[in-house]
Amino acid sequence: MVHRAAKPSSGGRRLGVDRPDSLIRAVDQTVINILNGLSSGLLLFMLSSGLTLIFSMMGVLNFAHAGFYMLGAYVGYASSRIVGFWPALAVAPVVVGVLGAVFERLCLRRVHRYGHVPELLVTFGLSYLILEVVQVVWGRAPVAFDPPAALARPAFTLVQSAAAGLSMVPGQADAATCAHAACTTFPATRAFMMLVALLMLLGLWLLLRHTRVGLVIQAALTHPEMAEALGHNVPRVFMLVFGAGCALAGLAGVIGGTTFVTEPAMAAAVGPILFVVVVVGGTGSLVGAFVGALLIGLLQTVPLTVDRSLVDVASAMGWRVSSDSVAYPLMKLTLAQVAPILPYLLLVLILIFRPRGLFGTRE
Amino acid sequence: MTERTTPDAAPGRPRQGRRPLGEMGGAPAARGAVTYHFRPYNVGRWAVWGGYGLLLLVAPLVFNSSLSQTLLSQMGIAIIACLAYNMLLGQGGMLSFGHAVYSGLGSFLAIHALNHIGDGSLHLPVSLLPLVGGATGLVFAALFGFVTTRKSGTTFAMITLGIGELVASMSLMLPEFFGGEAGVSSNRVVPPAALGITFGPQIQVYYLIAAWCFLCTGLMFAFTRTPLGRMLNAVRDNPERVAFIGYDTQRVRWFAFMISGLFMGIAGGLGAIHFELATAEVVGAQRSGAYLLFTFLGGSAVFFGPIIGGVLMVLATVVLSGLTKAWLLYLGLAFMLMVMYAPGGVAGVVLANLRLAAFGKLRALLPGYLALLAAGAVAFLGAAAMVEMLYHLQLNQALGPMMKFCGVSLDARGIAAWAGAAVLFAAGGVAFEVLRRRVLARWNAAQDDIERELRRREAA
Repeated sequence: MVHRAAKPSSGGRRLGVDRPDSLIRAVDQTVINILNGLSSGLLLFMLSSGLTLIFSMMGVLNFAHAGFYMLGAYVGYASSRIVGFWPALAVAPVVVGVLGAVFERLCLRRVHRYGHVPELLVTFGLSYLILEVVQVVWGRAPVAFDPPAALARPAFTLVQSAAAGLSMVPGQADAATCAHAACTTFPATRAFMMLVALLMLLGLWLLLRHTRVGLVIQAALTHPEMAEALGHNVPRVFMLVFGAGCALAGLAGVIGGTTFVTEPAMAAAVGPILFVVVVVGGTGSLVGAFVGALLIGLLQTVPLTVDRSLVDVASAMGWRVSSDSVAYPLMKLTLAQVAPILPYLLLVLILIFRPRGLFGTRE
Repeated sequence: MTERTTPDAAPGRPRQGRRPLGEMGGAPAARGAVTYHFRPYNVGRWAVWGGYGLLLLVAPLVFNSSLSQTLLSQMGIAIIACLAYNMLLGQGGMLSFGHAVYSGLGSFLAIHALNHIGDGSLHLPVSLLPLVGGATGLVFAALFGFVTTRKSGTTFAMITLGIGELVASMSLMLPEFFGGEAGVSSNRVVPPAALGITFGPQIQVYYLIAAWCFLCTGLMFAFTRTPLGRMLNAVRDNPERVAFIGYDTQRVRWFAFMISGLFMGIAGGLGAIHFELATAEVVGAQRSGAYLLFTFLGGSAVFFGPIIGGVLMVLATVVLSGLTKAWLLYLGLAFMLMVMYAPGGVAGVVLANLRLAAFGKLRALLPGYLALLAAGAVAFLGAAAMVEMLYHLQLNQALGPMMKFCGVSLDARGIAAWAGAAVLFAAGGVAFEVLRRRVLARWNAAQDDIERELRRREAA
């Protein structure tokens, strides 16, 4: 998902090209790349926060979480054609959240007594089902889920000219400026994505820390028996939390669907990355999910712009590498080419050196 | 996993939740006694294994079309893979989402080895090629398993998924080894044929696969009887206590993971011989998911469950997918219903009914079963007709609204077909629910009777 749209919109992707202004050039590209990475990371956080909330509360790893994300994108697409984009931004999470709660009530609660593995399995089955249903209802080809006019333009443009140096212009810079300066734009959808994710983080924190509902949720999380003994309906709390987690995934789906491509493959593209985020951050930790998501977002995006391989490194150090050297097929891969596997490599490294994850509390 | 005490567990021996294949109907041996010398010939075990071998032997003679021979060969491979998978899922309680990595890498190494045999740079009989796959599976399982088995439970599942994605992405990144989109192809017919076996005809490949399948099934069953196999069960059921006794649970999981990888690799090597092709698909997430799905459908709590799962896997992925475009929908639904209502899989259902039969309770339930089956079939027919019409409208628009379903032509745009299907579905569904309650009540009564009977026997 991320590597599809994350490339900067102007040319000159290579870092350190041999031009006098290469340093500033690198700066504006780098700023945009980091912003791209951060926005992808924040989208991942929207998803992984719901996953973590459900996991830390019920011990259920919702394998269909990415499926709910996709469902959010498609429901958002369908409802935006009827009521417009902004109402759809509210409709889709509600619909997806209700579907999630219904699933919890009808299926998940039934297998709860068998243990955590059947719970995981039933969500695994659901992920197949969601994919098929989405394909039946909306077809197998991508749908045109375009952002509204307000978001379909750049949020700001970095203008960089040899004379005036680097400057930032809100919105689209005019053509006259860009005629004799390099312009790099940052799409408004990504800025909106960052805004929504940060608002969501704030809202979640306020809800969990400063409301009665949040207190009940926290109590049910750590001391389910005690909370039940005090008269709280813990199964219903679970159902609501599951629904809320799915609703967050649905919200992320609407925003992700407009920024990236709304297609049946979008769930499979984001699902494994979500689990990496959760493991790297430390299972069950919301702070961990936040840091992990930003880290993975950056790791997925920033290396895409580095067109250098180990061969280049070796020749820069004065070694001769040719096509018949040992492991040449591995060495000739550029960093941009290996970017998709970097999160998984990070996962392996974390497990070797810090098995409980960055913010996990116990092994 | 559901634990059920077996009715024939003799007092002196540890009770175990599952009934292994070899002991079906076998005379329980009182191993707890010290002054015990006479070991009776275990007729039940010989009968079961002999029957299994005979089945493998005669199956291609009964189903002798070339399609069914191909299917049978694939079933043999799937059986090995599902049994190896169940070594983790059923016996170790480990849910792996990336097990195609080990069979897939085994396939790739085997296919490269086959190419080397073909150009004369490697001297190895083709029939031993699965060993190459097995060694590959073992090595990579040792490598990746060291990382993944550091965790158990759901975290283990997430990590295996990550490792699976890692290898799947790598496979597209290194076309020199994985052959890119087209994959690596080979030719299993290598000139010096020993004893006239060229592996050209499918039937020869089938018997090679059958021999490996029998051997691997036997070895994997033997593994369940080793101390490591027993410790694996203990780690699944109560890891804390195992650690307390002084075992390293991570190491037990790691060893089991390696052995499972070995057999996955053997399955992959056989796949390389059978298909003469290895593409990136064999290491992909789809394949990993299929192993999990069908092992569970077959029944993960019993040793022979995955054998049923392997057969189902080939029937579904080859036959069902040819019959209908909506096969993944049916599969997902069947899987979810199985998880919710029959977590023991097909094998669990079979065993529960065998237990009823052993106590003479099955006969009373049979009419209820048949009525339930009929009602379920009607409801399914209605639902399937609607699903098929939906898929037809979406995928075959060019062919017009008329379609064939179970020999009847339906107008997918007409109201009559939809109404008919909906009525079938509703009527079948209501009848099913009513009958289900009735049968369930009888079933519970029968189970209570059996419990009482068991208590009476114990007291006697």
